[in-house]
Amino acid sequence: MGFLLVHALTGLAGASSLFLVASGLTVIFGVTRIVNFAHGSLTMLGAYVGWTVLTRLPRDPAWFALGVAGTAAALAALGALLEMGLLRRLYRSPELFQLLATFGVVLIVQDAALATWGPDDLTISRPPWLRAYVRIADERFPVYDLVLIAIGPAVLACLWLLFNRTRWGRLVRAATWDREMVGALGVDQRVLFTSVFALGAGLAGLAGALGLPAGSANLGIDLSVITEAFVVVVIGGLGSITGAYLASLLIGLLQAFGVVLIPKATLVLVFVVMAAVLVLRPNGLLGRGGAPTALAGTATPVRPPTRGMLLGWGLLLLAALAAPLVAGPYALSILTEAAVAVLFAASLHFVMGPGGMASFGHAAWFGIGAYAAGLSAQGLGVPMPGALLLAPLAAGVAAVLFGAFVVRLSGVYLAMLTLAFAQIVWAAAFQWVSVTGGDNGILGIWPPAWASGPAVVYLLALTLCAGGAAVLQRVLYSPFGYALRASRDSPLRAEAIGLDTRRIRLAAFAVAGAAAGLAGGVFTFVKGSVFPGFVSIPHSMDALVMVLLGGVQTMAGPVVGALAYTGLYDGLLRATAYWRLVLGAAIVLLVLAFPEGIAGAVQRRLRRA
Amino acid sequence: MLTRRGLFGTAAAGLAAPAIVRAEGNGPIRIGEVNSYTAAPAFTVPYRNGWQVAVDEINASGGVAGRKIEVLSRDDAGQPQTATQLAGELLNDAKVDLLAGGFLSNVGLAMSDFAARSNKLYVAGEPLTDALVWERGNPTCFRLRPSTYMQVAMMLPAAATLKATRWATVAPNYEYGQSAVKWFKTLLKARRPEVEFVADQLPALGKIDAGATVQALAGAKPDGIFNVLFGPDLTNFVRQGNTRGLFEGRDVVSVLTGEPEYLLPLGDETPEGWLVTGYPVGQVPAARVFEAAYQDRFKQAPRMGSVVGYTLLHSIAAGIARAGSTDTGKLITAFEGLPFDSPFGPAIYRAVDHQGTFGTFVGRTALKGSEGTMTDWQYVDGKDAQPSDAEVRALRR
Repeated sequence: MGFLLVHALTGLAGASSLFLVASGLTVIFGVTRIVNFAHGSLTMLGAYVGWTVLTRLPRDPAWFALGVAGTAAALAALGALLEMGLLRRLYRSPELFQLLATFGVVLIVQDAALATWGPDDLTISRPPWLRAYVRIADERFPVYDLVLIAIGPAVLACLWLLFNRTRWGRLVRAATWDREMVGALGVDQRVLFTSVFALGAGLAGLAGALGLPAGSANLGIDLSVITEAFVVVVIGGLGSITGAYLASLLIGLLQAFGVVLIPKATLVLVFVVMAAVLVLRPNGLLGRGGAPTALAGTATPVRPPTRGMLLGWGLLLLAALAAPLVAGPYALSILTEAAVAVLFAASLHFVMGPGGMASFGHAAWFGIGAYAAGLSAQGLGVPMPGALLLAPLAAGVAAVLFGAFVVRLSGVYLAMLTLAFAQIVWAAAFQWVSVTGGDNGILGIWPPAWASGPAVVYLLALTLCAGGAAVLQRVLYSPFGYALRASRDSPLRAEAIGLDTRRIRLAAFAVAGAAAGLAGGVFTFVKGSVFPGFVSIPHSMDALVMVLLGGVQTMAGPVVGALAYTGLYDGLLRATAYWRLVLGAAIVLLVLAFPEGIAGAVQRRLRRA
Repeated sequence: MLTRRGLFGTAAAGLAAPAIVRAEGNGPIRIGEVNSYTAAPAFTVPYRNGWQVAVDEINASGGVAGRKIEVLSRDDAGQPQTATQLAGELLNDAKVDLLAGGFLSNVGLAMSDFAARSNKLYVAGEPLTDALVWERGNPTCFRLRPSTYMQVAMMLPAAATLKATRWATVAPNYEYGQSAVKWFKTLLKARRPEVEFVADQLPALGKIDAGATVQALAGAKPDGIFNVLFGPDLTNFVRQGNTRGLFEGRDVVSVLTGEPEYLLPLGDETPEGWLVTGYPVGQVPAARVFEAAYQDRFKQAPRMGSVVGYTLLHSIAAGIARAGSTDTGKLITAFEGLPFDSPFGPAIYRAVDHQGTFGTFVGRTALKGSEGTMTDWQYVDGKDAQPSDAEVRALRR
């Protein structure tokens, strides 16, 4: 019994830590609709700033509390600056576009933190009161964990009072429902949104600083907290603070008992829980159904390409085909990678733009294709053409099976369910060492001799990937494409004229999955290897960044985005040690210059002319 | 995209073969180095400092065979597929003579595979996976640091004398953690058949739920704990373990924990008496000269990474000098059995599996003031922590 009690308390302490990060995220999303990918970075900065402050203060409890509060205030100020300088300019963009801006911020903060605080993990020395413990049922339990257990509900209560019992809270809730009406009534909603973002950032800072006594300020905090925070927010129901607390409790307790019962499940546990919750409750525990959750925004009708545009594509393809005549082997390897990126981005664009189903886990299909090709080529001796055929097949079948659950959802919930699935695939690739080789991957899957030169590899990748992307584009101009956009823009009317919207969305999901699988299969032979990294969240993010950078609601967007991102990434990685800083800054500048994506801006200019 | 350079490169290779021969005579020897500088800076930043010291020393003493050494360094962002792409750039565009580097095991394996395919020498510094020299060993690949197997085997004589018979293990949930646990169990059981393993914890790398992990280990009532955690995970684990009394009255055996990279963040919470592998900075007589030069230049004591970077470059220089050429075949012959010096003492690259015998220190953790350090340490030569040559040959196939 005592053992159970101590475990439950440990779970509660973990839940509080989770809640502190997640509460800020859900507050920000609930009001501003910003998917703040930089929330983990704000938490990390909270830890570093907290370290700087707390190591200079006396070490008794009062000063500690003051230092933590000061850190939270500093982060709130930083959050306000971030909102005013960057995000405020993007409220009119398609909804997920702010995510791209915050992704740029993540990259900038990574290098800035490394340059400011150095590469070492930084710890604060714990005075006796922070090391104290109490005896509970013959087990030692940290007093600080008891403090954390209390802080969670305390923060929850404060936030509840703030939103429900103050004038500011009323205005914020009103602005959440109808921004324009609140504006028409004479409320400056810009101040309102800035203050909400500052509140969220302050909570992130609080979480970072409060994590210090149990750990360290290190450069891995940003990415290690952000996914779980998103999971908590989604399980709880987007924008619901109480929901986030309940979800934190669920995750915290499951984790505490999970490591005892199935220690090997640490990689997937939270994602399995999220998948289960979303399948049973498509809007999370306390989320409201019917709230505006569409992500990509509505778009103008698609027009068939003009003759000029077709000519442009033709010239681009000719240039691509001629590249081996002038480019050296390394330049060709970059172009090969760009070709794969184009198909990967185009396949995500297919479901995300015309399909209206943004996916945070698109790398799942890429990875399934890559592993299908790699395992069949190496384990079963399937020749390359066969392996390249198996790749889209496997990914397509997996996309149908899983898509059946996904297409019932919408918006961020849908995106996060795809992320859950991607993480389950990733964990399988990572942990099933006897089949997949674990994180060491599968090596030595090179093309046969006839296709081994860099030029041949490039032309092969170009043919398959450009061909795949062209097929995807063609499908979008076919009756199926129109039906798909109809299902996105007006599901009710689409149903009324006899379109089976779920089946159409599922078919789109399968096509996109197969296309991403083909990209993965090609990539396997280009690189001669497969790694779990192909299925990882950063790889899914790459696809998302490429599509958003190019412009979700244009047909050329994914191509432009893929070329721009691959070019920037590969060029900067080689050019400077601070490539993350420069890449992040470049993304932020592009976002500010082209709030509809690069191709979107070009299209608008052409239409006007 | 880079077409001018591409054109120039092709033209140079096609038309100017004599120029290349001449270049081999007096131009610098170019070493292409790839590492996870942004993904694992705690190790790789001191590592870069280390090889920079070595390059300056080598060039100040006249270079190798009359030629200077030049290192072209790239950041792989922690991605094996990026690492091989940059290796391709280094080989094809920058025309490096050999490849080096690597921190993550999967990057090391991918680089090794790529180098074998390109018929270039690859000298791995840090990647610890056993597969690099065993199951997936390539003739063109050499590795400096003691492997996962060796790290465990080095501690085993001392670990086998511990009284503990009920053991629990805790390791990050990936290949390195899993194989370290596997070797510890296998080797300890072989020496002490009566030991039993009562719990295995496998927290996700970088995401440990330390309170729950500590509690789960305590619940199994072990009297010995084998730990493979490092970095931020280790800090969290140690803090929870100290408060909850996990380590009191228990033997703890812990891989790599004595390395300054991982020991320093523990600060005044460093648990005393853990059996660890590591590097007792400032205590090793043979390393004094190197440590002084490093301290002088970077105003900071060297880390384990610094020694690895420094030794890696010196061993490569020794190999090129012995080969008298940068031809891959001659380099392989020269590296097999190559003797080289390190701040820890002399070592060689074994001919049988291309593994370096550069060793490490086994000792106990201790608290000196408010900093962790190592005591009762001794240097274990890598040659003394190997399976038999027959077993190695069977593994390499």
